[in-house]
Amino acid sequence: MSKHSKQYQRADEPIFWGLFGAGGVVAAFATPALILITGLLVPLGVLQLDYASVNAFASNWFGKLILIAVIAFPMWHACHRIYHAMHDLKVDVARGFFKVFWYGMAFVVTIAAGAYLIAI
Amino acid sequence: MSKRKPYVKPMTASWFLNNRFHTLYMLREGTSVFVGLYSLILLWGLAALVKGEAAWNGWLGHLQNPVYIVFHVIALVACLYHAITWFSLAPKAMHLQKGDQKLTDKPVVIVHYVAFVVASVVIIGVVALGGAA
Repeated sequence: MSKHSKQYQRADEPIFWGLFGAGGVVAAFATPALILITGLLVPLGVLQLDYASVNAFASNWFGKLILIAVIAFPMWHACHRIYHAMHDLKVDVARGFFKVFWYGMAFVVTIAAGAYLIAI
Repeated sequence: MSKRKPYVKPMTASWFLNNRFHTLYMLREGTSVFVGLYSLILLWGLAALVKGEAAWNGWLGHLQNPVYIVFHVIALVACLYHAITWFSLAPKAMHLQKGDQKLTDKPVVIVHYVAFVVASVVIIGVVALGGAA
């Protein structure tokens, strides 16, 4: 086979790395405050997240964009890291399956969040 | 078929415990488990929001369970650790120049911390003032 007949395939890593990076930014800047609010301040009664206000926020396109960004991007970030951490932990079985599994999970979460937001 | 039998240095799955730098690296990667689980909790809340007021209040009720409180305390610490590592890596990921000189790391990191404080105050402020409506 001559050198020139080799077919090169574009790597998919830049796409996943881009989503990982976007998720890393969201998880660094927004997620700590969100965990503090929904996980601690609201359950402990310091702040309120009443249905009417949140529903109104999720009803306009600006709110929808914020909500999908804080749900979907960190999920891509987490799934990318977990997939690669499996290799770090020397769990190297069925790489192809786990690639589809982890990135597929992030994809499903993205589609689900988008569908819910459209439904509001 | 190649007949060579290269020496592969044996490596246990706990390799990262032998060196502090590698342990902190794995700790950083581990924060992603909490980031992912929190995304799922938010998705669960969004599903409840779509279902209606009763389901929404049900979701808020679940989050009052001590198990979730403990989870969120750990998730908050994990997420803050992720943020610290992310900010310290930022100047290495972006190449900012002033004239011929590369900008030093420190101002880039400081700007990230300032932006973090501003973002956190805005997010908490919007919820506190009910500005979401």
